[in-house]
Amino acid sequence: MIAKIYATIAVFITGSLLIYGVSDFPRFGDARSPANAGVEGGAGSISEYYITKSYADTKVPNIVTSVLADYRSYDTMFETVVIFVAGMSIFAILRTFRSGAPLVENFRKDDSFIDGDHQRIIVGTTCRLAVPVVQLFALYVIAHGHHSPGGGFQGGVLLGASYIILALADDLAAALRRLSEARYLMLAAVGIAIYSGLGFLCMLLGQNFLDYGVLEAVFRTDGPEMARSHSMLGVEIGVAATVMAIMFAIYANLASKGTLKKAL
Amino acid sequence: MDNFFQESIAPHFNFWVYVVIMMIGLWAVIAKNNLIKKLIGLSIFQSAIILLYVSLGVKDGAAIPILPHHEEHADAAAPDAGQAAPAPDAVPVSESHRGADHADYAVDPATIVNPLPHVLMLTAIVVGVATLGVALALAQRIFAEFGSLEENELLIQLKAEPTDE
Repeated sequence: MIAKIYATIAVFITGSLLIYGVSDFPRFGDARSPANAGVEGGAGSISEYYITKSYADTKVPNIVTSVLADYRSYDTMFETVVIFVAGMSIFAILRTFRSGAPLVENFRKDDSFIDGDHQRIIVGTTCRLAVPVVQLFALYVIAHGHHSPGGGFQGGVLLGASYIILALADDLAAALRRLSEARYLMLAAVGIAIYSGLGFLCMLLGQNFLDYGVLEAVFRTDGPEMARSHSMLGVEIGVAATVMAIMFAIYANLASKGTLKKAL
Repeated sequence: MDNFFQESIAPHFNFWVYVVIMMIGLWAVIAKNNLIKKLIGLSIFQSAIILLYVSLGVKDGAAIPILPHHEEHADAAAPDAGQAAPAPDAVPVSESHRGADHADYAVDPATIVNPLPHVLMLTAIVVGVATLGVALALAQRIFAEFGSLEENELLIQLKAEPTDE
Protein backbone atom coordinates (compact mmCIF):
# COMPACT_ATOMS: atom_id res chain seq x y z
CA MET A 1 0.00 0.00 0.00
CA ILE A 2 2.77 2.43 0.95
CA ALA A 3 4.48 1.61 -2.36
CA LYS A 4 1.36 2.67 -4.23
CA ILE A 5 1.29 6.01 -2.44
CA TYR A 6 4.93 6.64 -3.32
CA ALA A 7 4.25 5.57 -6.89
CA THR A 8 1.30 7.96 -7.15
CA ILE A 9 3.42 10.84 -5.85
CA ALA A 10 6.24 10.06 -8.29
CA VAL A 11 3.82 9.75 -11.19
CA PHE A 12 2.13 13.05 -10.33
CA ILE A 13 5.45 14.90 -10.15
CA THR A 14 6.66 13.41 -13.45
CA GLY A 15 3.33 14.09 -15.12
CA SER A 16 3.19 17.72 -13.98
CA LEU A 17 6.76 18.31 -15.20
CA LEU A 18 5.89 16.78 -18.58
CA ILE A 19 2.73 18.87 -18.91
CA TYR A 20 4.74 21.97 -17.97
CA GLY A 21 7.32 21.08 -20.63
CA VAL A 22 4.65 20.42 -23.23
CA SER A 23 3.53 24.07 -23.12
CA ASP A 24 6.62 24.95 -25.20
CA PHE A 25 5.69 22.48 -27.92
CA PRO A 26 4.44 23.70 -31.29
CA ARG A 27 0.68 23.72 -31.66
CA PHE A 28 -1.04 20.53 -32.85
CA GLY A 29 -1.22 20.48 -36.65
CA ASP A 30 1.36 23.24 -37.12
CA ALA A 31 2.89 22.85 -40.59
CA ARG A 32 5.71 25.25 -39.65
CA SER A 33 6.86 23.39 -36.54
CA PRO A 34 10.57 22.46 -36.35
CA ALA A 35 9.80 18.78 -36.87
CA ASN A 36 7.82 19.52 -40.02
CA ALA A 37 9.66 22.46 -41.57
CA GLY A 38 13.05 22.74 -39.91
CA VAL A 39 14.31 25.58 -37.71
CA GLU A 40 13.90 29.15 -38.87
CA GLY A 41 16.96 30.50 -40.61
CA GLY A 42 18.55 27.06 -40.74
CA ALA A 43 18.38 24.15 -43.07
CA GLY A 44 14.97 22.75 -43.99
CA SER A 45 13.60 19.66 -42.34
CA ILE A 46 14.64 16.31 -43.77
CA SER A 47 10.96 15.42 -44.16
CA GLU A 48 10.56 18.28 -46.65
CA TYR A 49 13.28 16.70 -48.74
CA TYR A 50 11.50 13.37 -48.57
CA ILE A 51 8.17 14.87 -49.61
CA THR A 52 9.50 16.91 -52.50
CA LYS A 53 12.27 14.68 -53.84
CA SER A 54 11.44 11.07 -53.03
CA TYR A 55 9.29 10.50 -56.11
CA ALA A 56 12.01 11.83 -58.38
CA ASP A 57 14.64 9.76 -56.56
CA THR A 58 12.84 6.44 -56.36
CA LYS A 59 9.64 6.47 -58.43
CA VAL A 60 7.74 5.26 -55.38
CA PRO A 61 4.59 7.30 -54.61
CA ASN A 62 4.30 6.02 -51.04
CA ILE A 63 6.78 8.25 -49.23
CA VAL A 64 6.67 6.09 -46.11
CA THR A 65 7.84 3.06 -48.08
CA SER A 66 10.58 4.94 -49.88
CA VAL A 67 11.92 6.42 -46.62
CA LEU A 68 11.61 3.09 -44.82
CA ALA A 69 13.21 0.88 -47.45
CA ASP A 70 15.61 3.23 -49.20
CA TYR A 71 16.69 6.36 -47.32
CA ARG A 72 16.59 4.65 -43.93
CA SER A 73 17.23 1.17 -45.25
CA TYR A 74 20.12 0.48 -42.91
CA ASP A 75 17.90 1.27 -39.92
CA THR A 76 15.10 -0.94 -41.22
CA MET A 77 17.50 -3.83 -41.83
CA PHE A 78 18.54 -3.82 -38.20
CA GLU A 79 14.95 -3.41 -37.02
CA THR A 80 14.33 -6.66 -38.87
CA VAL A 81 17.37 -8.15 -37.18
CA VAL A 82 15.93 -7.06 -33.82
CA ILE A 83 12.75 -8.99 -34.61
CA PHE A 84 14.83 -12.00 -35.66
CA VAL A 85 16.87 -11.84 -32.45
CA ALA A 86 13.68 -11.55 -30.40
CA GLY A 87 12.40 -14.72 -32.04
CA MET A 88 15.66 -16.49 -31.36
CA SER A 89 15.63 -15.39 -27.71
CA ILE A 90 12.13 -16.79 -27.28
CA PHE A 91 13.38 -20.02 -28.82
CA ALA A 92 16.32 -20.03 -26.39
CA ILE A 93 14.21 -19.16 -23.34
CA LEU A 94 11.19 -21.38 -23.82
CA ARG A 95 11.80 -24.17 -26.28
CA THR A 96 12.14 -27.57 -24.65
CA PHE A 97 12.94 -30.88 -26.33
CA ARG A 98 11.82 -33.73 -24.09
CA SER A 99 14.24 -36.65 -24.39
CA GLY A 100 14.57 -36.44 -28.13
CA ALA A 101 10.86 -36.91 -28.66
CA PRO A 102 9.88 -36.22 -32.28
CA LEU A 103 8.25 -32.86 -32.74
CA VAL A 104 5.39 -33.58 -35.08
CA GLU A 105 4.74 -37.31 -34.71
CA ASN A 106 2.67 -37.00 -31.56
CA PHE A 107 0.12 -34.86 -33.28
CA ARG A 108 -3.19 -36.17 -34.46
CA LYS A 109 -2.65 -38.10 -37.63
CA ASP A 110 -6.09 -37.73 -39.18
CA ASP A 111 -6.62 -34.96 -41.67
CA SER A 112 -10.14 -34.11 -40.59
CA PHE A 113 -10.05 -30.47 -39.74
CA ILE A 114 -13.00 -30.36 -37.38
CA ASP A 115 -12.59 -33.78 -35.82
CA GLY A 116 -16.13 -34.33 -34.60
CA ASP A 117 -15.76 -31.55 -32.09
CA HIS A 118 -19.07 -29.83 -32.62
CA GLN A 119 -18.13 -26.72 -30.76
CA ARG A 120 -15.43 -26.12 -33.30
CA ILE A 121 -17.50 -26.48 -36.46
CA ILE A 122 -18.44 -22.82 -36.75
CA VAL A 123 -15.05 -21.52 -35.70
CA GLY A 124 -13.16 -24.05 -37.80
CA THR A 125 -15.18 -23.42 -40.95
CA THR A 126 -15.01 -19.65 -40.60
CA CYS A 127 -11.29 -19.83 -40.09
CA ARG A 128 -10.86 -22.16 -43.03
CA LEU A 129 -12.68 -19.65 -45.21
CA ALA A 130 -10.88 -16.65 -43.76
CA VAL A 131 -7.28 -17.88 -43.94
CA PRO A 132 -6.86 -17.80 -47.74
CA VAL A 133 -8.48 -14.38 -47.93
CA VAL A 134 -6.23 -13.04 -45.18
CA GLN A 135 -3.15 -14.45 -46.88
CA LEU A 136 -4.15 -13.10 -50.28
CA PHE A 137 -4.72 -9.68 -48.77
CA ALA A 138 -1.35 -9.92 -47.01
CA LEU A 139 0.39 -10.62 -50.31
CA TYR A 140 -1.41 -7.64 -51.83
CA VAL A 141 -0.31 -5.43 -48.93
CA ILE A 142 3.31 -6.51 -49.46
CA ALA A 143 3.35 -6.25 -53.24
CA HIS A 144 1.37 -3.01 -53.39
CA GLY A 145 3.21 -1.30 -50.54
CA HIS A 146 4.76 1.16 -52.98
CA HIS A 147 1.47 2.58 -54.17
CA SER A 148 -0.89 2.24 -51.23
CA PRO A 149 -0.59 1.94 -47.46
CA GLY A 150 1.29 -1.25 -46.74
CA GLY A 151 4.65 -2.89 -46.89
CA GLY A 152 6.68 -5.74 -45.50
CA PHE A 153 5.98 -5.24 -41.81
CA GLN A 154 2.22 -4.96 -42.21
CA GLY A 155 1.95 -7.81 -44.70
CA GLY A 156 4.23 -9.98 -42.59
CA VAL A 157 2.08 -9.46 -39.52
CA LEU A 158 -1.04 -10.33 -41.53
CA LEU A 159 0.58 -13.54 -42.82
CA GLY A 160 1.64 -14.45 -39.29
CA ALA A 161 -1.88 -13.74 -38.05
CA SER A 162 -3.34 -16.07 -40.68
CA TYR A 163 -1.35 -18.97 -39.19
CA ILE A 164 -2.21 -17.88 -35.66
CA ILE A 165 -5.96 -17.95 -36.31
CA LEU A 166 -5.49 -21.40 -37.78
CA ALA A 167 -3.80 -22.46 -34.55
CA LEU A 168 -6.50 -20.79 -32.44
CA ALA A 169 -9.46 -22.25 -34.30
CA ASP A 170 -8.20 -25.82 -34.54
CA ASP A 171 -5.02 -26.46 -32.64
CA LEU A 172 -1.34 -25.76 -32.93
CA ALA A 173 -0.75 -29.02 -34.80
CA ALA A 174 -2.94 -27.84 -37.68
CA ALA A 175 -0.86 -24.71 -38.07
CA LEU A 176 2.44 -26.53 -37.61
CA ARG A 177 1.50 -29.03 -40.33
CA ARG A 178 1.41 -26.09 -42.73
CA LEU A 179 4.32 -24.12 -41.33
CA SER A 180 6.63 -26.44 -39.41
CA GLU A 181 9.23 -25.26 -36.94
CA ALA A 182 12.14 -26.02 -39.27
CA ARG A 183 10.41 -24.06 -42.00
CA TYR A 184 9.60 -20.95 -40.00
CA LEU A 185 13.05 -20.76 -38.50
CA MET A 186 14.50 -21.03 -41.99
CA LEU A 187 12.08 -18.40 -43.33
CA ALA A 188 13.13 -15.99 -40.61
CA ALA A 189 16.77 -16.36 -41.58
CA VAL A 190 16.01 -16.24 -45.30
CA GLY A 191 14.24 -12.89 -44.83
CA ILE A 192 17.36 -11.35 -43.29
CA ALA A 193 19.47 -12.99 -46.00
CA ILE A 194 17.35 -11.45 -48.79
CA TYR A 195 17.63 -8.02 -47.20
CA SER A 196 21.36 -8.09 -46.51
CA GLY A 197 22.00 -9.97 -49.74
CA LEU A 198 20.57 -7.08 -51.74
CA GLY A 199 22.85 -4.80 -49.73
CA PHE A 200 25.93 -6.88 -50.44
CA LEU A 201 24.96 -7.12 -54.12
CA CYS A 202 25.20 -3.33 -54.26
CA MET A 203 28.66 -3.54 -52.68
CA LEU A 204 29.73 -6.18 -55.22
CA LEU A 205 28.74 -3.81 -58.01
CA GLY A 206 30.91 -1.11 -56.53
CA GLN A 207 28.44 1.01 -54.58
CA ASN A 208 27.71 1.55 -50.92
CA PHE A 209 25.85 -1.06 -48.87
CA LEU A 210 22.11 -0.91 -49.72
CA ASP A 211 22.58 1.82 -52.33
CA TYR A 212 20.15 0.28 -54.78
CA GLY A 213 20.68 2.60 -57.73
CA VAL A 214 23.51 0.43 -59.03
CA LEU A 215 21.18 -2.57 -59.30
CA GLU A 216 19.95 -1.03 -62.54
CA ALA A 217 22.22 -3.52 -64.34
CA VAL A 218 20.70 -6.48 -62.47
CA PHE A 219 17.02 -5.58 -62.87
CA ARG A 220 17.53 -4.20 -66.42
CA THR A 221 15.41 -1.13 -65.68
CA ASP A 222 15.29 2.18 -67.46
CA GLY A 223 17.21 4.02 -64.80
CA PRO A 224 18.50 3.90 -61.25
CA GLU A 225 15.12 5.16 -59.95
CA MET A 226 13.21 2.11 -61.12
CA ALA A 227 16.02 -0.10 -59.80
CA ARG A 228 15.45 1.48 -56.39
CA SER A 229 11.72 0.81 -56.68
CA HIS A 230 12.29 -2.86 -57.52
CA SER A 231 14.91 -3.31 -54.78
CA MET A 232 12.43 -1.90 -52.26
CA LEU A 233 9.98 -4.62 -53.20
CA GLY A 234 12.80 -7.13 -52.67
CA VAL A 235 13.65 -5.94 -49.18
CA GLU A 236 9.95 -5.71 -48.27
CA ILE A 237 9.59 -9.38 -49.18
CA GLY A 238 12.56 -10.16 -46.95
CA VAL A 239 11.06 -8.17 -44.07
CA ALA A 240 7.69 -9.89 -44.56
CA ALA A 241 9.26 -13.36 -44.41
CA THR A 242 11.08 -12.61 -41.16
CA VAL A 243 8.12 -10.87 -39.51
CA MET A 244 5.69 -13.63 -40.49
CA ALA A 245 7.97 -16.38 -39.20
CA ILE A 246 8.78 -14.65 -35.92
CA MET A 247 5.18 -13.64 -35.18
CA PHE A 248 4.10 -17.24 -35.58
CA ALA A 249 7.12 -18.47 -33.60
CA ILE A 250 6.24 -16.14 -30.72
CA TYR A 251 2.67 -17.42 -30.63
CA ALA A 252 3.60 -21.09 -31.00
CA ASN A 253 6.21 -21.01 -28.26
CA LEU A 254 4.20 -18.92 -25.81
CA ALA A 255 0.96 -20.84 -26.29
CA SER A 256 2.51 -24.29 -25.85
CA LYS A 257 5.04 -23.36 -23.12
CA GLY A 258 7.83 -24.18 -25.54
CA THR A 259 6.80 -27.77 -26.24
CA LEU A 260 4.99 -27.00 -29.53
CA LYS A 261 2.63 -29.84 -28.62
CA LYS A 262 -0.39 -28.99 -26.56
CA ALA A 263 -1.38 -25.41 -27.00
CA LEU A 264 -4.09 -23.58 -25.10
CA MET B 1 -12.30 31.77 -20.17
CA ASP B 2 -13.12 30.73 -23.70
CA ASN B 3 -10.14 32.73 -24.91
CA PHE B 4 -7.90 31.07 -22.34
CA PHE B 5 -9.00 27.64 -23.56
CA GLN B 6 -8.36 28.55 -27.18
CA GLU B 7 -4.90 29.92 -26.54
CA SER B 8 -3.47 27.81 -23.76
CA ILE B 9 -5.14 24.42 -23.67
CA ALA B 10 -6.45 23.58 -27.11
CA PRO B 11 -3.12 23.74 -29.01
CA HIS B 12 -1.50 21.25 -26.64
CA PHE B 13 -4.49 19.21 -25.53
CA ASN B 14 -3.29 16.15 -27.45
CA PHE B 15 0.06 16.23 -25.63
CA TRP B 16 -1.75 16.42 -22.29
CA VAL B 17 -3.67 13.29 -23.20
CA TYR B 18 -0.44 11.48 -24.07
CA VAL B 19 1.13 12.54 -20.77
CA VAL B 20 -1.89 11.14 -18.93
CA ILE B 21 -1.71 7.84 -20.86
CA MET B 22 2.03 7.64 -20.27
CA MET B 23 1.61 8.26 -16.55
CA ILE B 24 -1.02 5.52 -16.33
CA GLY B 25 1.55 3.15 -17.83
CA LEU B 26 4.32 4.40 -15.57
CA TRP B 27 2.12 3.99 -12.50
CA ALA B 28 1.37 0.40 -13.48
CA VAL B 29 5.08 -0.31 -13.93
CA ILE B 30 5.96 1.12 -10.51
CA ALA B 31 3.01 0.23 -8.33
CA LYS B 32 1.69 -3.07 -9.63
CA ASN B 33 2.97 -6.22 -8.03
CA ASN B 34 2.24 -8.67 -10.82
CA LEU B 35 4.81 -8.96 -13.60
CA ILE B 36 2.16 -9.33 -16.32
CA LYS B 37 0.45 -6.16 -15.11
CA LYS B 38 3.81 -4.40 -15.27
CA LEU B 39 4.13 -5.54 -18.90
CA ILE B 40 0.66 -4.16 -19.64
CA GLY B 41 1.84 -0.88 -18.11
CA LEU B 42 4.90 -0.88 -20.36
CA SER B 43 2.67 -1.42 -23.40
CA ILE B 44 0.44 1.50 -22.40
CA PHE B 45 3.56 3.64 -21.97
CA GLN B 46 4.72 2.63 -25.42
CA SER B 47 1.39 3.51 -27.06
CA ALA B 48 1.61 7.01 -25.54
CA ILE B 49 5.02 7.50 -27.15
CA ILE B 50 3.79 6.20 -30.51
CA LEU B 51 0.82 8.61 -30.38
CA LEU B 52 3.16 11.47 -29.47
CA TYR B 53 5.45 10.83 -32.45
CA VAL B 54 2.65 10.47 -34.97
CA SER B 55 0.92 13.62 -33.73
CA LEU B 56 4.15 15.61 -34.19
CA GLY B 57 3.92 14.96 -37.94
CA VAL B 58 0.36 16.24 -38.31
CA LYS B 59 -0.20 19.30 -40.49
CA ASP B 60 -3.58 21.04 -40.73
CA GLY B 61 -5.53 19.81 -43.73
CA ALA B 62 -2.65 17.80 -45.14
CA ALA B 63 -3.09 14.55 -47.05
CA ILE B 64 -1.58 11.13 -46.36
CA PRO B 65 2.05 10.72 -47.47
CA ILE B 66 1.18 8.88 -50.68
CA LEU B 67 1.52 10.98 -53.80
CA PRO B 68 -1.03 10.75 -56.61
CA HIS B 69 0.60 8.66 -59.30
CA HIS B 70 -1.94 7.44 -61.84
CA GLU B 71 -0.96 9.63 -64.76
CA GLU B 72 -3.74 8.65 -67.12
CA HIS B 73 -6.48 8.88 -64.48
CA ALA B 74 -5.23 12.06 -62.91
CA ASP B 75 -7.23 14.43 -65.06
CA ALA B 76 -10.45 12.49 -64.64
CA ALA B 77 -10.02 12.18 -60.89
CA ALA B 78 -9.04 15.77 -60.23
CA PRO B 79 -12.43 17.53 -60.40
CA ASP B 80 -14.29 15.30 -57.94
CA ALA B 81 -11.38 14.88 -55.55
CA GLY B 82 -12.78 17.23 -52.97
CA GLN B 83 -11.28 15.49 -49.96
CA ALA B 84 -7.92 17.03 -49.10
CA ALA B 85 -6.34 16.28 -52.45
CA PRO B 86 -2.73 17.46 -52.54
CA ALA B 87 -2.18 20.48 -54.72
CA PRO B 88 -3.30 19.74 -58.29
CA ASP B 89 0.14 20.62 -59.62
CA ALA B 90 1.45 17.65 -57.62
CA VAL B 91 0.18 15.36 -60.36
CA PRO B 92 3.07 14.26 -62.54
CA VAL B 93 2.21 15.45 -66.00
CA SER B 94 3.50 13.66 -69.09
CA GLU B 95 5.30 11.16 -66.90
CA SER B 96 6.59 8.37 -69.06
CA HIS B 97 9.09 6.15 -67.36
CA ARG B 98 11.80 7.12 -69.79
CA GLY B 99 13.09 10.64 -69.89
CA ALA B 100 10.68 11.98 -67.31
CA ASP B 101 11.15 15.62 -66.60
CA HIS B 102 11.44 15.75 -62.82
CA ALA B 103 11.47 19.52 -62.70
CA ASP B 104 7.73 19.84 -63.31
CA TYR B 105 6.93 17.50 -60.44
CA ALA B 106 6.64 19.85 -57.51
CA VAL B 107 4.92 19.06 -54.23
CA ASP B 108 4.21 21.64 -51.57
CA PRO B 109 5.47 20.06 -48.30
CA ALA B 110 2.64 21.73 -46.38
CA THR B 111 0.04 19.61 -48.19
CA ILE B 112 1.50 16.24 -47.15
CA VAL B 113 1.89 15.11 -43.54
CA ASN B 114 5.38 14.47 -42.25
CA PRO B 115 6.24 10.88 -43.29
CA LEU B 116 9.22 10.46 -40.97
CA PRO B 117 7.33 9.80 -37.69
CA HIS B 118 5.17 7.27 -39.54
CA VAL B 119 8.28 5.41 -40.69
CA LEU B 120 9.82 5.38 -37.23
CA MET B 121 6.64 4.26 -35.49
CA LEU B 122 5.85 1.64 -38.12
CA THR B 123 8.99 -0.28 -37.18
CA ALA B 124 8.63 0.55 -33.49
CA ILE B 125 5.20 -1.08 -33.34
CA VAL B 126 6.38 -4.38 -34.83
CA VAL B 127 9.57 -4.41 -32.79
CA GLY B 128 7.42 -3.61 -29.73
CA VAL B 129 5.34 -6.73 -30.37
CA ALA B 130 8.48 -8.86 -30.72
CA THR B 131 10.05 -7.54 -27.52
CA LEU B 132 6.74 -7.95 -25.67
CA GLY B 133 6.89 -11.58 -26.79
CA VAL B 134 10.34 -11.94 -25.26
CA ALA B 135 9.09 -10.38 -22.02
CA LEU B 136 6.14 -12.79 -21.90
CA ALA B 137 8.49 -15.71 -22.55
CA LEU B 138 10.64 -14.61 -19.61
CA ALA B 139 7.52 -14.29 -17.44
CA GLN B 140 6.52 -17.81 -18.42
CA ARG B 141 9.95 -19.15 -17.46
CA ILE B 142 9.79 -17.29 -14.14
CA PHE B 143 6.39 -18.83 -13.43
CA ALA B 144 7.69 -22.30 -14.32
CA GLU B 145 10.67 -21.79 -12.00
CA PHE B 146 9.04 -20.13 -8.98
CA GLY B 147 5.33 -20.84 -9.37
CA SER B 148 4.42 -17.19 -9.01
CA LEU B 149 4.45 -13.92 -10.88
CA GLU B 150 3.94 -11.70 -7.82
CA GLU B 151 7.00 -9.60 -7.24
CA ASN B 152 6.97 -9.79 -3.44
CA GLU B 153 6.65 -13.59 -3.45
CA LEU B 154 9.51 -13.83 -5.95
CA LEU B 155 11.69 -11.62 -3.76
CA ILE B 156 11.00 -13.79 -0.70
CA GLN B 157 11.96 -16.91 -2.62
CA LEU B 158 15.08 -15.30 -4.05
CA LYS B 159 16.24 -14.17 -0.58
CA ALA B 160 15.53 -17.55 0.97
CA GLU B 161 17.61 -19.41 -1.59
CA PRO B 162 21.28 -19.85 -0.72
CA THR B 163 23.59 -17.98 -3.04
CA ASP B 164 25.77 -19.81 -5.49
CA GLU B 165 29.04 -19.09 -3.74
